[in-house]
Amino acid sequence: MQAEAVFFWIFSAVLVASALAVITARNPVHSVLFLILAFVNAAGLFLLMGAEFLGMILVVVYVGAVAVLFLFVVLLLDVDFAELKQGFVRYLPIGALIALFVAGELGYVAFGWNASPEPAAAATPVGGLSNTAALGRVLYTHYFYFFQAAGMILLTAMIGAIVLTLRHKPGVKRQDIAAQVARNPASSVELRKVVSRAGL
Amino acid sequence: MVIGLTHYLTLAAILFTIGVAGIILNHKNIIVILMSVELILLAVNINLVAFSTHSGDLTGQVFALLILTVAAAEAAIGLAVLVAYYRNRGSIAVDDINALKG
Repeated sequence: MQAEAVFFWIFSAVLVASALAVITARNPVHSVLFLILAFVNAAGLFLLMGAEFLGMILVVVYVGAVAVLFLFVVLLLDVDFAELKQGFVRYLPIGALIALFVAGELGYVAFGWNASPEPAAAATPVGGLSNTAALGRVLYTHYFYFFQAAGMILLTAMIGAIVLTLRHKPGVKRQDIAAQVARNPASSVELRKVVSRAGL
Repeated sequence: MVIGLTHYLTLAAILFTIGVAGIILNHKNIIVILMSVELILLAVNINLVAFSTHSGDLTGQVFALLILTVAAAEAAIGLAVLVAYYRNRGSIAVDDINALKG
């Protein structure tokens, strides 16, 4: 129990510190790297909470895909980030004010209620399985339509991203399948009588 | 010291607040705004998983999985829009994105 508390404090301290670094870093590349650190620590917290599958998915999806995507975009776009940083100090008071309000509301919600002493009947109890097996067991039965919808969302996102960024350059030779299929011997083969030693 | 639900909720609240503050402070840089949105979604996920563990119910984790999916899709689409916009206008400053202003 003591080790769990120690790890909770380590993970959460690094998580909060790196989240602060994400929003205050001058260089967006540093922001992305701190975002990766934050996600890794959040994955550690998920492990502490017993959600092993989600923790590993967080590492794979966020660190492996989303953060690298961010890194690519930050490095590819030639933007003057120092100019974009202007107004940071000017907006610091109003940002702090709004953050204070949000923190106050969230704190009011977090501390202003009591969990009922006996937990309500779980709709999908954990039931002695490992976390991944239990999750799979409900995800593919109870929540099958949600699972399918998530797949459709990912498909839409994939198609959308491709459509948005695909650029047809003139002069690039592309495979034209319809033209290939429509060829016939008459249009593609030419028979000639070649006179001996004369060439074409 | 036993780490309970309240600890995780407090942590998620702090993270959410940092995300909201990040949107306001970096209101000119849309890439950092997207990263702040990711932080906010992470805070929501921590909340869901904490409640899921607290009540021994897997529904919260399924929900967190779906949020993860939507967040990944959102990041991909957002960055694709950003790349397309940069290609057309040569700038991604939020202040310059005012073509719909009339």
